[in-house]
Amino acid sequence: MTENSMSKAGQGLTTANGVPLKVSLMRTNRRNQIRAFLLVAPLLVFLVVAFIMPILDMLQRSVDNPEVGTQLSRTVAALEDWDGESIPDEPVFDALTQDLLAGAEARNLGQVASRLNYESSGMRSLIMKTSRRAGRIESGPYKAAILDIDEDWGELETWRLIERESDPYTLSYYLAALDMKYDSNGEIVSQPEYLKIYQQLFVRTFWMSIAITGLCLLLGYPIAFLLANTPLRYSNLLMILVLLPFWTSLLVRTTTWIAILQQQGVLNDIFVGLGIIADDSRLSMIYNKTGTLVAMTHILLPFMILPLYSVMKTIPPYYMRAARSLGAQPFLAFRRVYFPLTIPGIGAGSILVFILAIGYYITPALVGGQDGIFITNFIAFHMQTSLNWGLAAAIASILLFVVIAFYLVYNRLIGVDNVKLG
Amino acid sequence: MKAKTVIVPKALAGLAVMSLAGTWAQADTLNIVSWGGAYTASQQQAYHQPWMEMSGDEIVNIDRSSNALAGLRAQTQAGNVTWDLVDILPSDAMVACDEGLVEPIDHDALLAAAPDGTLPSEDFIEGSLSECFVPQIVYSNVIGFNTEAFPADNQPFLMEDVFNLEDYPGMRALQRRPINNLEWALVADGVAVEDVYDVLETEEGVARAFAKLDTIKDHVIWWEEGAQVPQLLADQEVVFASAYNGRLFDAAVSEGQPFEIIWDKQVFELDGWVVPAGKLDKVEDYLAFATDTQRLADQAKYISYGPARESSAAMVSTHAETGIDMKPHMPTYGPNFATAIQKDDEFWSNYGDELNQRFNAWLAR
Repeated sequence: MTENSMSKAGQGLTTANGVPLKVSLMRTNRRNQIRAFLLVAPLLVFLVVAFIMPILDMLQRSVDNPEVGTQLSRTVAALEDWDGESIPDEPVFDALTQDLLAGAEARNLGQVASRLNYESSGMRSLIMKTSRRAGRIESGPYKAAILDIDEDWGELETWRLIERESDPYTLSYYLAALDMKYDSNGEIVSQPEYLKIYQQLFVRTFWMSIAITGLCLLLGYPIAFLLANTPLRYSNLLMILVLLPFWTSLLVRTTTWIAILQQQGVLNDIFVGLGIIADDSRLSMIYNKTGTLVAMTHILLPFMILPLYSVMKTIPPYYMRAARSLGAQPFLAFRRVYFPLTIPGIGAGSILVFILAIGYYITPALVGGQDGIFITNFIAFHMQTSLNWGLAAAIASILLFVVIAFYLVYNRLIGVDNVKLG
Repeated sequence: MKAKTVIVPKALAGLAVMSLAGTWAQADTLNIVSWGGAYTASQQQAYHQPWMEMSGDEIVNIDRSSNALAGLRAQTQAGNVTWDLVDILPSDAMVACDEGLVEPIDHDALLAAAPDGTLPSEDFIEGSLSECFVPQIVYSNVIGFNTEAFPADNQPFLMEDVFNLEDYPGMRALQRRPINNLEWALVADGVAVEDVYDVLETEEGVARAFAKLDTIKDHVIWWEEGAQVPQLLADQEVVFASAYNGRLFDAAVSEGQPFEIIWDKQVFELDGWVVPAGKLDKVEDYLAFATDTQRLADQAKYISYGPARESSAAMVSTHAETGIDMKPHMPTYGPNFATAIQKDDEFWSNYGDELNQRFNAWLAR
């Protein structure tokens, strides 16, 4: 209301050089806004370039499917009015021959061959072999000539696959990431049991990350409490003990655990030496889930302790004393007074540890053995070894969606406003 | 750039030397991608050093071969290829070649002939040359064991022994991938070496291989980093371990570890060069030099991999440091080679994706 009356009053006023006051004010305001924007611009540009664009690129890659449509374009066009029930006729084979010859010339057929091989093993050499021999076909009819090179071109599935994957976008990668696929009729079906892998890895990644977060909280809470409540002399020493491993290389810490936990390792030697276990029944504590849990908990522990510590440091000690003097038993005082005050720290630490745990892949790869690896190890595998970047993008996107979902649930339950990093 | 940071007289002296050598104008920097470790060291000794002295070029080693195909593809997509020559496996070379990431090579026109004039296409091991690929060495995947793990009168020497838990108890370390393991499972189960890939192409064959692997599954540690293997064997954390033969040789000879190799049913394959698209002019002279008969024979002084040229094989001599005869340590040495399996790249390029997934699903079960 005051603003309204102000602006009404200002309507007739002008500045010294005759510009209406309102206009002049707006100019100054805009200048300030631009200046403010320019100040944050570097950060904004950085965020867009280093964060938003890669994520968009990843999402795009997870559905991108240009190979068949561009490299077999003539075939796809010729297949347009194919009925899908019988082997295509001469014009389609003619178009296929042209496509394969052009692809051999441009040396890019490998891409479409790989793409189709993801869907059906054997397509790679079918395409490459046919393209190498297509050069020797002198004249039509091409159907007989191509079928002569490889009879798989006489299979309905081959043609249905090419037609199905000719769209510029595909859901195949997401299906593969969820242990599903298209069958030859284009229906979505579940993968056979012996090929199922990703669903259980997603589940394992999440429950193990939650378990690691829980372990970190269980171990970190008392340490943070000690750090916050012992005299400075001792707490500094304790802090160094927390920070030293934090500053040590991840690989060093991981390999140290190998040396400690392996069957011929320090811990087993001690157990055997003390006669707790027999020499031929040494415990396997590494290259399995236990190894991953132990090593990751140790590596991520500081990320739990530090936010907890910084929150506990701000809790005045006389709150507890007041609670005690009002008659509360130590445990009740802790539960009703101290613990609720540390919830922002627990929230911050848990979110940090959980999200870091979900994204870890080096440690599980080194100590996880066969049943302690994470879904992230498969993202790395498909990025670096199998080079199926579409599938890697789809798995990563699903991980992103699930993390966002977790975050929303978390926000509903605890409230992100309640999170405090210090 | 570099000259600015050096004291002037020194820089001038350097210039004078270089212009005297007459290589100032052509001196180049070659970014060469390889495997790192002992392998890059052997290349450094056998061909990088002599080439740098001869041409004045500078060679930069990049240890990225394990992800070379991913790197080639990423660099090509980004339109900025910084690698000049890449050491790669033939299976990856085939994929890179099909995708147009690397240059096709006319072996006879480009490479040096053998000293007796044999053309490269005749001199390189039969079937080893492919469209874009120039092989350097033959290496093999073998099973090594710690001799101290078994009594002297009961040392293993057959692939079947690796699958025999009764006579050879203990953990085994195998590489976490289907390649080699499926082949070994089949031959240990009685499939003939020449039939392995035909059997693996059938559903029953794959099931049979996995069934055989099932018999030792609870006694296997699956490794991913090759460097883990000598450690696992040395600690006797495992009694058998699959590895590249060069790595086991290195641990046994240079570090004196009590390791022996089971040559029976070794899976051998080649390793060699590809030239990223557009780099042929820059590296062709180096490539011809580095793959000539003498250079490939020299390499075998430093690492126990067999040269890919038949004319080099005859010239293999002794280990540079210890002076032991290298011939019996070569995968291609007669007795070692008798039951060898040649890795079928075509098979793995077709079935690799599916079998990988199946293998991982099997592991997770």
